[in-house]
Amino acid sequence: MEDFEPTIVAFCCHYCAYGAADLAGSMRLEYPTNIRIIRLPCSGKVTPVFLLRAFEKGADGVYVAGCLEGDCHFIHGNLVAKPRVNYTKKLIQEVGLEPERLEMFNMSAAMGPRFAEVAKEFTERIRQLGPSPLNKKKRKTNEAA
Amino acid sequence: MVIGKRKPFEEILKMIEPYKKIMVLGCGGCVTVCLTGGHDEVRVLSSQLRMARDKDGNQLEIIEKTIERQCDPEYLDQVQDLVPQVEAVLSMACGAGVQFMAERYQATPVFPALDTTFVGGSLKEGYYVERCQTCGQCKLAYTGGICPIARCSKSLLNGPCGGSTNGKCEIDPEVDCAWQLIIDRLTNLGMMDKYEQILDIVDWRTNRDGGPRKMIREDFQR
Repeated sequence: MEDFEPTIVAFCCHYCAYGAADLAGSMRLEYPTNIRIIRLPCSGKVTPVFLLRAFEKGADGVYVAGCLEGDCHFIHGNLVAKPRVNYTKKLIQEVGLEPERLEMFNMSAAMGPRFAEVAKEFTERIRQLGPSPLNKKKRKTNEAA
Repeated sequence: MVIGKRKPFEEILKMIEPYKKIMVLGCGGCVTVCLTGGHDEVRVLSSQLRMARDKDGNQLEIIEKTIERQCDPEYLDQVQDLVPQVEAVLSMACGAGVQFMAERYQATPVFPALDTTFVGGSLKEGYYVERCQTCGQCKLAYTGGICPIARCSKSLLNGPCGGSTNGKCEIDPEVDCAWQLIIDRLTNLGMMDKYEQILDIVDWRTNRDGGPRKMIREDFQR
């Protein structure tokens, strides 16, 4: 478990979190390499299907990062995303995954350090939870190979 | 539209337990509009089912498909090449759609993924309320366009019962008293004379008590 390196998919809004990730890079901030970023035009673009498919394809944790509440480039996209993330938590719980494997964060494009902090915190959270129960079999196969 | 609600996930999982390859079939009609059985919901349920089965090491193959309507034979033909490829069909249509599928494809078990709940409409996105009980004898002309059969908890026809308090029904303080709504509306319309008109005892045979119903347009029969 200690050497477990989670795979994390981060759905990032182009106008905030994606910019924050870029800024984190420019600032030479270190954050875990476990994060796979998928850029969205707005966090409101996420649907439960996106999030479920990420888990299905092998993600151990998934998060959505949108603009600060009240600051959405498309007025209320982040407020659309928030209940969808909460709803999807219930859907993954039905399947037998911990709802903590999915989260929504809010940040602005100027918050590079916050992006790095969220990446670290979330990676640590997933590390504590362990591999997704869906991936256990795949991992065993990999180890055997 | 017909409103449906997805069955508990555990129940769905149990229904398809014996099968290795199924089709999850959505319906593009009412259940798409009420966000329970359309294209997106097919993808969500399929994802969940695959994950749940994968977790137990018992993989499930799913064909995801949504057709225009499941309550119409001409659209059911669109899946005639797919149905023989699967062991069972999980239909996300209302009860009518599930039955039409089962009738059309005799050799394949068809299971319902939804509980069909009522006929209603959306007050806002994702919020559905009952408005019609399909009683077969519309009374709306006498009641200001508000249905006492569907919306009065007792389906009373000639005024409220004693349980009407401050415009709410005694069964739940959040439920409007249909008769309060009717009287308010008739008053606003200046049509309170309608309220004086006594509505006769209902012949419930046109509801469900006369057995399964049908409606035939003769000029379309060939």
